[in-house]
Amino acid sequence: MPDVQSLVNEFILKLKKRKIEGSQATARQTAVLLRSVISQQRIPYTSQAAALIDAVRAVGEQLIAANPIELAVGNIVRRVLHIIREEDLSLTTAAIEGLNVSSVSDDDGDTDKDDTPGLSAAALAAAARSTLRPPSLQTLLEDLPDSSAIPHTSSSGGDSDGKSKSADKSTRSRKLKHDVIEAINELIQDIDTCHDQIAEQAVEHIHHNEVILTLGSSKTVLEFLCAAKEKKRSFRVFVAEGAPRYQGHLLAKELVARGLQTTLITDSAVFAMISRVNMVIVGAHVVMANGGVIAPVGLNMVALAAQRHAVPFVVLAGCHKLCPLYPHNPEVLLNELRSPSELLDFGEFSDCMDFGYGTGTPLLHVVNPTFDYVPPKLVSLFITETGGHDPSYMYRLIADYYSADDLVLQRKVASVK
Amino acid sequence: MDPRRNPRSVIDPKVRHVGFLPPDRSLSTPSPDSHPSDDDDAALSPVIIPPPRHHSDNLSSPSSASHPVPPLAHHSPRYSEFSPRSPAASSPLSVVGSRLAADGEKETGGAGGSVRVLASSVPLSALTTASVVGVSRGITETVKGCVVEVQNEQPAILKPVKAKTTKAERRALQEAQRAAKAAAKVDATVDSNQSKSAKLSQQKNDPSSVISLDKKGHSSDRPPEKERKKDAPHPRMQYDDTSRVEKAKRKAVVKQTEVRNRVELFRHLPQYERGSQLPDLETKFFHLDPLHPAVYKVGLQYLSGDICGGNARCIAMLKAFQEFIGEKIMMADKVIVNHAVTKIRDGDVLLTYGSSSVVEMLILHAHELRKKFRVVMVDSRPKLEGQHLLRRLVREGISCTYTNINAISYIMHEVTRVFLGASAVLSNGTVYSRVGTACVAMVAHAFRVPVLVCCEAYKFHERVQLDSICCNELGDPDMISTIPDRKEIDGLNNWSNVDNLQFLNLIYDATPCDYVSMIITDYGMVPPTSVPVIVREYRGEHMWG
Repeated sequence: MPDVQSLVNEFILKLKKRKIEGSQATARQTAVLLRSVISQQRIPYTSQAAALIDAVRAVGEQLIAANPIELAVGNIVRRVLHIIREEDLSLTTAAIEGLNVSSVSDDDGDTDKDDTPGLSAAALAAAARSTLRPPSLQTLLEDLPDSSAIPHTSSSGGDSDGKSKSADKSTRSRKLKHDVIEAINELIQDIDTCHDQIAEQAVEHIHHNEVILTLGSSKTVLEFLCAAKEKKRSFRVFVAEGAPRYQGHLLAKELVARGLQTTLITDSAVFAMISRVNMVIVGAHVVMANGGVIAPVGLNMVALAAQRHAVPFVVLAGCHKLCPLYPHNPEVLLNELRSPSELLDFGEFSDCMDFGYGTGTPLLHVVNPTFDYVPPKLVSLFITETGGHDPSYMYRLIADYYSADDLVLQRKVASVK
Repeated sequence: MDPRRNPRSVIDPKVRHVGFLPPDRSLSTPSPDSHPSDDDDAALSPVIIPPPRHHSDNLSSPSSASHPVPPLAHHSPRYSEFSPRSPAASSPLSVVGSRLAADGEKETGGAGGSVRVLASSVPLSALTTASVVGVSRGITETVKGCVVEVQNEQPAILKPVKAKTTKAERRALQEAQRAAKAAAKVDATVDSNQSKSAKLSQQKNDPSSVISLDKKGHSSDRPPEKERKKDAPHPRMQYDDTSRVEKAKRKAVVKQTEVRNRVELFRHLPQYERGSQLPDLETKFFHLDPLHPAVYKVGLQYLSGDICGGNARCIAMLKAFQEFIGEKIMMADKVIVNHAVTKIRDGDVLLTYGSSSVVEMLILHAHELRKKFRVVMVDSRPKLEGQHLLRRLVREGISCTYTNINAISYIMHEVTRVFLGASAVLSNGTVYSRVGTACVAMVAHAFRVPVLVCCEAYKFHERVQLDSICCNELGDPDMISTIPDRKEIDGLNNWSNVDNLQFLNLIYDATPCDYVSMIITDYGMVPPTSVPVIVREYRGEHMWG
């Protein structure tokens, strides 16, 4: 798989250099990459799912380490792992049902089938063991031996069973890969169309003669507002410019191009204006499992102002932004500081840079964080592709998309035998 | 208890102190003169007004006046119950000019809070131009109050039995009525209740009841702007037209006494007024915005002719303003800084927003005192004022952290105190300051960091405001569309003319009072709820202080 490895390396480099803008693009490229990894992965006949999972995990760890702040990468990795598990589970249940049927029907059959009742039990057990069971104390204790035991039993069973079993297994393995790749394709499609699905709900939330406030720029918000505009809702938008990246300017340009009444304000004027605003609609970088939001810097201030004036604070987020992790000290640990040159001109302040008495440390520090953490109690509503949700519901969505096993992606250190 | 006293009258602290009666008998003395009890009538009749004398003379003069003494002595016990009461009590109403003589002596030059009464017969002397300036604080306080007091007392004092007034007195009465009517019209809405009750309590339908209306008008808080608009006559008045003259007279701040013999050729000019206009001015001006004593002094000097000549007048005026600056801004800043440094401890992390001169002085002073702290400077577009202050602080050797207003949630967890400046503090505790201050205060409040606003007392205002929309100032919208420092951002440089796009450059915003922990002023460290108290109590006193 050298070409896959080179693809992986290339992607890692892009992540490290922060070349990819936006979590949607990152998520999509991650999914595509993992699809290639899976399709190229050679998996053994037995415990295919485990093999796939290991492979994806290995790649995923590297990707996450390249850009820990871009949580969309980790989200997609975990989604893929969840897909693998699910597909495997569904295949196995289908296989087990198939075995049952076949054993019942072929009771008085050929010699092969004579063994099936007995072997089928062993095969059943083997099959059951080869699927990824939810962790129980037994599995936790016999983890390593288990994985090595399975091939033996299955091989012993397979020897006696003959080609049919192996034939079954090979078809099953091919089917697993096929299903997983199909599911990943669906995932990619979901990522691509998340804007449209969210924008469909715009009409329910934006009414006539409303005033909307937003900060910075988000493609989801842009599509959302334009969808409402297309449904002939007339409203106006206040865009806060979102220093120091000034992405609000870009959003204002886009909105004006699509015919919306837009007013550009400074971030400092947010509290002054918010008393006349009906709704605050913003995008998110990541949505955490507790319903908290990692959002562009300045949005915590907006959320506090909205709470003070009882203005609904609506966050638009595609499912790929939903992260199963809980935030601990997110402001510091899930944040990135950007260059001070965005705030101060180095040339103008060069004289200030050298001042340092005694300790020699510079007297002037410049702080330029990228993200802000908005706690769940300040968020009124999350709008995802599946509809609107309260922040307290987000953990349920996580159960839909992710498995509990995958939360920690680091390889477990092999325990002492 | 005097049953005729109106129990529900407005007690304006300005009128707490009973002081002089206005010397100009044409205006207000007729009313108290004719309206106190029958005994007092003769005592307060206009004819008794002595010629102008020094204030100290005034106090002794009542005793010399034969008329006032007996009736006053008779009445003083009646009103004595009111004398020891605190100024805030409702007693002033019934404290009468009639108390004047009897109590005048015992209340000389006391500190504020005691009701001071001066004889009605003496005021003129005290109110001459030169002497007023030199008058002690207490006296001058009372002047204001007295004028109103005297008028206040009319409803309280019934039985307006008119003494036999001379023709001059009757004429003076009419003048007073006219003036009172003018004042009453201005304040009709505010004082209608009080005047009605006053009228009821009065049994005379003496036109001086109108003067009680006048009193009521004075005692309540009149919107100064409205009054000023109506009071000032048009500069190019047509004196030939009698109807216009009448109208102007009714509205006039300066009451023009009728001159008997005037030169017809010059009837289009304002006629000479004997004596000073001061009492008239005082009755009305005391209720307009208070003046700084230096400015007031210059005004009096103009009036009396002490300063004459264009250059001299101009220079005197500018010097008066300079004194104001020195006292109300420079000294106030020093006082504020002295108070506020006590709030800075070693190890503090102070956050400040934008560039406030007081906060800068405070930080530099604290640094001089060798306190160990560091500063977080929060800045915002489009003015980026924080950069200037940042440079100055770093030069002094203070360790600074600089950030944009969007990042205050990030930085606030390490901040221990927030110091802000203000453009104005309004009477509902709202701090009116540079746009963005409200955001900083809000986030500080959310993180439980105390917010201290440093503001000189001259910035306090009676106005109230709930949000930043009703009253604000707009700046240049092009400052928003262009980002001068960052050429690489393709902003909206040429988008000013696009139809749907507007730029909003607010200059100020209003911070609600619950975000502010304390306001540090030259009067001390007060909570935001004390601002209307300071405006009310000290506005007048600062005139004399």
